[in-house]
Amino acid sequence: MSIQMTGAEMVMRAFADQGVEHFFGYPGGAVLPIYDALFQQNAIEHILVRHEQAAVHAAEGYARSSGKVGVVLVTSGPGATNAVTGLTDALMDSIPLVCITGQVATHLIGNDAFQECDTVGITRPCTKHNYLVRDVNDLARVLHEAFYVAQNGRPGPVVVDIPKDVQFATGTYIGRENIQHKTYRPKLKAEDAQISAAVEMIAGAKKPIFYTGGGVINSGPEASRLLRELARLTGVPVTSTLMGLGAFPAANRQWLGMLGMHGTYEANMAMHDCDVMVCIGARFDDRITGRLDAFAPGSKKIHIDIDPSSINKNVKVDLPIIGDCTRVLADMVEAWNARSLKIDQPALAAWWAQIERWRSRNCLAYRPSDEIIKPQFAIERLYAATKDKDVYISTEVGQHQMWAAQFFRFEEPNRWMTSGGLGTMGYGLPAAIGAQKAHPNALCIDIAGEASILMNMQEMSTAVQFDLPVKVFILNNRYMGMVRQWQELLHGGRYSHSYSEALPDFVKLADAYGGVGIRCEKPGDLDAAIQEMINVKRPVIFDCIVDQQENCFPMIPSGRAHNEMILGDMAIDLDEAITDEGKMLV
Amino acid sequence: MSQSPEPIERHTLSVLVDNEPGVLARVIGLFSGRGYNIDSLTVSEVSHEGRLSRITIVTTGTPMVIEQIKNQLDRLVPVHKVRDLTVEGTALERELAMVKVRGLGEARGEALRLAEAFRARVIDATRESFVFEITGKSDKIDQFAWLMEPLGLVEVARTGVVAISRGPEAM
Repeated sequence: MSIQMTGAEMVMRAFADQGVEHFFGYPGGAVLPIYDALFQQNAIEHILVRHEQAAVHAAEGYARSSGKVGVVLVTSGPGATNAVTGLTDALMDSIPLVCITGQVATHLIGNDAFQECDTVGITRPCTKHNYLVRDVNDLARVLHEAFYVAQNGRPGPVVVDIPKDVQFATGTYIGRENIQHKTYRPKLKAEDAQISAAVEMIAGAKKPIFYTGGGVINSGPEASRLLRELARLTGVPVTSTLMGLGAFPAANRQWLGMLGMHGTYEANMAMHDCDVMVCIGARFDDRITGRLDAFAPGSKKIHIDIDPSSINKNVKVDLPIIGDCTRVLADMVEAWNARSLKIDQPALAAWWAQIERWRSRNCLAYRPSDEIIKPQFAIERLYAATKDKDVYISTEVGQHQMWAAQFFRFEEPNRWMTSGGLGTMGYGLPAAIGAQKAHPNALCIDIAGEASILMNMQEMSTAVQFDLPVKVFILNNRYMGMVRQWQELLHGGRYSHSYSEALPDFVKLADAYGGVGIRCEKPGDLDAAIQEMINVKRPVIFDCIVDQQENCFPMIPSGRAHNEMILGDMAIDLDEAITDEGKMLV
Repeated sequence: MSQSPEPIERHTLSVLVDNEPGVLARVIGLFSGRGYNIDSLTVSEVSHEGRLSRITIVTTGTPMVIEQIKNQLDRLVPVHKVRDLTVEGTALERELAMVKVRGLGEARGEALRLAEAFRARVIDATRESFVFEITGKSDKIDQFAWLMEPLGLVEVARTGVVAISRGPEAM
């Protein structure tokens, strides 16, 4: 199939051919031809955001909750630079995106034209790949390649920069079936010998653990199913990174909770003491490992990842397996069954007994209150009220994010959207909008802090315009809580600029946007207020006034090992727990 | 990163890439962004119809860092192949330099004699200067430039290292 059309029409046609139903964007001079082509069709819906950064986060939420590629359209210059934070976020968290940016006409490039910037130069380090299309006859191929690159291998954002004259020019459109990428063909299937070695290593373990990450989610729901299958067959305990929550059900006895800096005591202790660690689609990030030379010192490590550059980057592993989680897990399940393997049962039972001892410390315990809402309590009540519903949770970044990860329990993949790698405040509301667009009948909640939410507050307007009934659940402690916590622990309680002065009245703000505002200040009122929030079929801002002083525990102080974590009731010892070296780390 | 003192190694990498705009910026940006070293980098088109360029990079780092560099290069979308010539055996490495020397009398004669010994060619001459062209391994060129210093060395232009593996196989 090859037909003549304008570059702008090619963009819409390629979207249609790639199965795009919704995309997020903001118009401007350099993308007007594409917006004109958009105007003249009805198949694809555009969601107009209020800031380009939010367009990218919304596309991330859409992609993360649906497994599809998120699509963004922004203009040149400030449109592109505003998108940079979102693109970097998507790169860090491996979210498949295609972002179309307008560019000034080719003859103006390099002339400091109005709303010109070097988009491919600026976005080169924050995209998986990017293109500047100078010839309309290359455009269709590049667009299809962009979708291919975004979703194959380790997913990531791809930018296609299209000068305005290329959007106007007429050229030949080719369909996606005619595209074969000449260099980028990631390896999906691992060698049989590696699979055999892996299952033998697990079978020979006495203290094994599965450490899973966002790669399991990215690989699709089948990977989560296979992970559960492999865990069931082997009896191995499972923990996960922040990005991997939901791949393994929280209700399962084999679930240890999240690991890492604010992970559970049992998960971190089990990581530290294990003898065989199977890392599945995670990347040994510094929030996970703590002090590297004390990371799981007695363990053999298997690392399954689709991206060879993740292997041996931070931690040297004994058995690297390059491949897609779904394929590798399927092969491992098959190999396990074919050999009728079994872990030494008395050893495994002893390991579980040890884990249960750790678990019995109840590391997430907090001091309850009848007077003031504890943030942990708020998340627990939110979970209790929504667990039987079709619920998608996004977060902003900070204490509330960690409490959400600790206290909200996820049974299924793709239900949890958070900015893990980049830690972008302002992510949650647009991400919830994206998830709501992908799942119109679901309950989409942004668990937020009062500081983060102000970073992309303007998107309430988007939610109202497109009738997307997202709920913003603000744990309002009138502090940038995580900053305050670190200042308390590391900087002598000098709360430099972490107090949220001059906060808006969130209830009135919701009203001003055309949404609904609810405030709750007493623990006793919480359940009814949450129920009211759920029942309202409009965008809601829920201003939950919580304890100002609460800290997020457990915590592995920077520069410390997994077995040196601090639990809530030990908080007074903190000054001694953090070394000077640790203070240098963020 | 643990403090165990891993040895720093020097490796020569050959990278076959699509000859498209920005590809060199991608490679260089990768090195600067991730804090890797570039001792030498050369690039030129090697197949016009295939639109392929070959980049030769000499880099230093611990074995773990060198492995990272190769993996990071390999996952760049326009990269076809990455080969570590240092691992694959004794690769052939050459560099070309042009060396400008200014002098009269005895020094001028000595410069010419040394050039002959190093098999450097005179590619430009005036009454008071020569430009020599010399090809060889980097240390040979270092040595030649060092010898020219007292004889009136003015400036040196070097290509950086190009390298290819021995034997009949392509990279």
